[in-house]
Amino acid sequence: MSRALHFRDARIICPVAGERRGDLFVADGRIVDAADDAQVIDCRGALLAPAIVDLGVASIDHGAFRAGGIVRVGLMPDQRPVLDEPGIVQRSALIGRPNLWIHPIAAATRGLEGTDLAEMAICASAGARAVGTGRSWIADSGVMARVLAYARDLGLAVVVHSEDAGLVGDAVATEGETATRLGLSAAPALAEPIAIARDLMLAEAAGARLHLRQVTTAAGFDLVRAAKRRGVAVTCGITPAHLLLSDNAVSDFRTFTRLSPPLRAEEDRRAALAALADGTIDVLCSGHDPRGPEEKRLPFADASAGAAGAATLLPLALGLVRDDRVALPRLMAMLSRNPAAVLGIDTGSLQPGAEADLMLVDPDAPWQINADTLPGAAGNTPFDGLPVQGRVLRLFKGGRALA
Amino acid sequence: MPASDHRPASLIPGGAVFPHRHLTGIEGLEPHEIAFLLDEAENWIAANRERGVPDKRLAGLTQINAFFENSTRTLLSFEIAGKRLGADVVNMHAAQSSVKKGETLIDTAMTLNAMRADVIVIRHMSSGAVRLIADKVDCPVLNAGDGRHEHPTQALLDALTIRRRRGTIHNQRVVICGDVLHSRVARSNILALTALAAEVRVCAPSTLMPPAIERMGVTPFTDFDAALDGADVVMMLRLQTERMSGGYVPSSREYHLRYGLTLERLARAKPDALVMHPGPMNRGVEIDSNVADHAERSAITEQVEMGVAVRMACLDVLTRRARRVEGWA
Repeated sequence: MSRALHFRDARIICPVAGERRGDLFVADGRIVDAADDAQVIDCRGALLAPAIVDLGVASIDHGAFRAGGIVRVGLMPDQRPVLDEPGIVQRSALIGRPNLWIHPIAAATRGLEGTDLAEMAICASAGARAVGTGRSWIADSGVMARVLAYARDLGLAVVVHSEDAGLVGDAVATEGETATRLGLSAAPALAEPIAIARDLMLAEAAGARLHLRQVTTAAGFDLVRAAKRRGVAVTCGITPAHLLLSDNAVSDFRTFTRLSPPLRAEEDRRAALAALADGTIDVLCSGHDPRGPEEKRLPFADASAGAAGAATLLPLALGLVRDDRVALPRLMAMLSRNPAAVLGIDTGSLQPGAEADLMLVDPDAPWQINADTLPGAAGNTPFDGLPVQGRVLRLFKGGRALA
Repeated sequence: MPASDHRPASLIPGGAVFPHRHLTGIEGLEPHEIAFLLDEAENWIAANRERGVPDKRLAGLTQINAFFENSTRTLLSFEIAGKRLGADVVNMHAAQSSVKKGETLIDTAMTLNAMRADVIVIRHMSSGAVRLIADKVDCPVLNAGDGRHEHPTQALLDALTIRRRRGTIHNQRVVICGDVLHSRVARSNILALTALAAEVRVCAPSTLMPPAIERMGVTPFTDFDAALDGADVVMMLRLQTERMSGGYVPSSREYHLRYGLTLERLARAKPDALVMHPGPMNRGVEIDSNVADHAERSAITEQVEMGVAVRMACLDVLTRRARRVEGWA
């Protein structure tokens, strides 16, 4: 058992209790009121917050997660092989421990093919904390209705990717001036709200829990806002890319800006900031999807979609606080407590009794995002060259120091 | 004032008149730079017709035509242009190359670069592919068509054809009709013609019209008859046969009904309006034979002739720095 910890003079940000300046104690892996013989960590006013729970990462990337203050991840089902077998789910759930707790999002349909229900209960008993559609969408509304109803029986949230595949086709960008000028095949932004509208109605009818992994359009946020008002059990997430970039970042065919869903128009980005401010967005995630040069040093349409995001999630998120887009305690909830709740995990609190998953952060430390030196498996970031502030100083999982 | 008259090239010293290393698109070119390339091409038209003393100014230089997508006409045009100027022209067909063995585009580019090509002409099926290669090689790169993005020499040869036949490009009403959505020819032509102050109309069924195309300074039409009203130039685009079987258009005969250029329809344009087509044509689909072959109105074979002159001009201009031409080195 690791020694008790005494965080002295920290700026403590608790998603439950709010912000306070003071001391925090950890013993036996949990937060306590006081501890004897504790190792003192002099925080000198640095931020102490719950470590990040990153919902919906595409792959496991220890270096990036550690640098990014991430100790738990929800792993997307579209792995090779697909997370639809208990053996595979169980292995995924255990390989990261003790430093990284991986919570598999099992495939909602067998092989993610969108036709037959996967063995959700068996996968849940093997460690899956939710079921999902991966990067694809279930085109058959009958199948989707049964997925939601069946997952509801098991108390599992259904994590969906919201893009109508028929409208998307082979598109690699959002319809608009940029895609037209560059001659890129493009889909209307409408592909997202159409998918969201259907899934919201089906989830409401089934009484199921629905998590929209990424909402990126004004019409999509309107639908979510209205559904929440009706009491639908829906939550939604977004990555910093869709809050900070619009489709004109695609100019010059920069493949690091090829994302899924694709970057949207500036009006949609502004709507995302508004949804962040009014609380429509519940979860801020990295969408971490490292892709090496063999998948990115290609013509735009031939490059894989996805961006490395784990190491840049926190500094970009802190920038949103600095720009007064969101308050710090709520941001920390979006990074820990809310995504954990989607997975049915009670964490992301600094109240006594809570698990001591902690990060100590210098919110002002300046650095420049550099694709060539980004920690992790690959540096495919759309923010290459951007100066940011905020670094993880120390990271703890269950009271054990990781960094 | 016609944009092509903005700044006479003769007043701009040496290489400053065309400071670009590559020609990856019309985008990024100033109107006077486009006009300069057209002026340069003019010089080659007479030379090509007369076939007098050959001008082998590219002798000793290696031109690689790297075509990752099938092409007969454009490839031939670039090959003839290079050979007329004395370059050693090598054609690389992707169908026979290591590309099929899984080599990446960048690796292919590095290989071509290591072979010390002096100029590389590239056609590729992906938008942006040519710029990607241009960033990796030391020699000038000429875009011979990338995906649906750009086909700059086609736009230059079309502009040259219009300028010669109509006297000017300024204020000419040009109708571009056909599969605008998938057409690099349309994009490059829109950029070149609007830069040279033409009035550009694009016409297509909504299924083949790119969104926000009006942001490129053109007026979109779905009704071909309305678009043709008072036109000086009618530029027809090729419609790929695979897009005429229900995907974007119900059938070729329905397409002909709405967008086929017939003599009757052409009567809506100005009496001396010019008919153009980048080829190859689907006769009886987007254009009737009696229009395509119309002695006074059709400029289609002239476009092919201008193509060689324009490509000679581009090859000459882009290699001037390497050849240490006075004022360019």
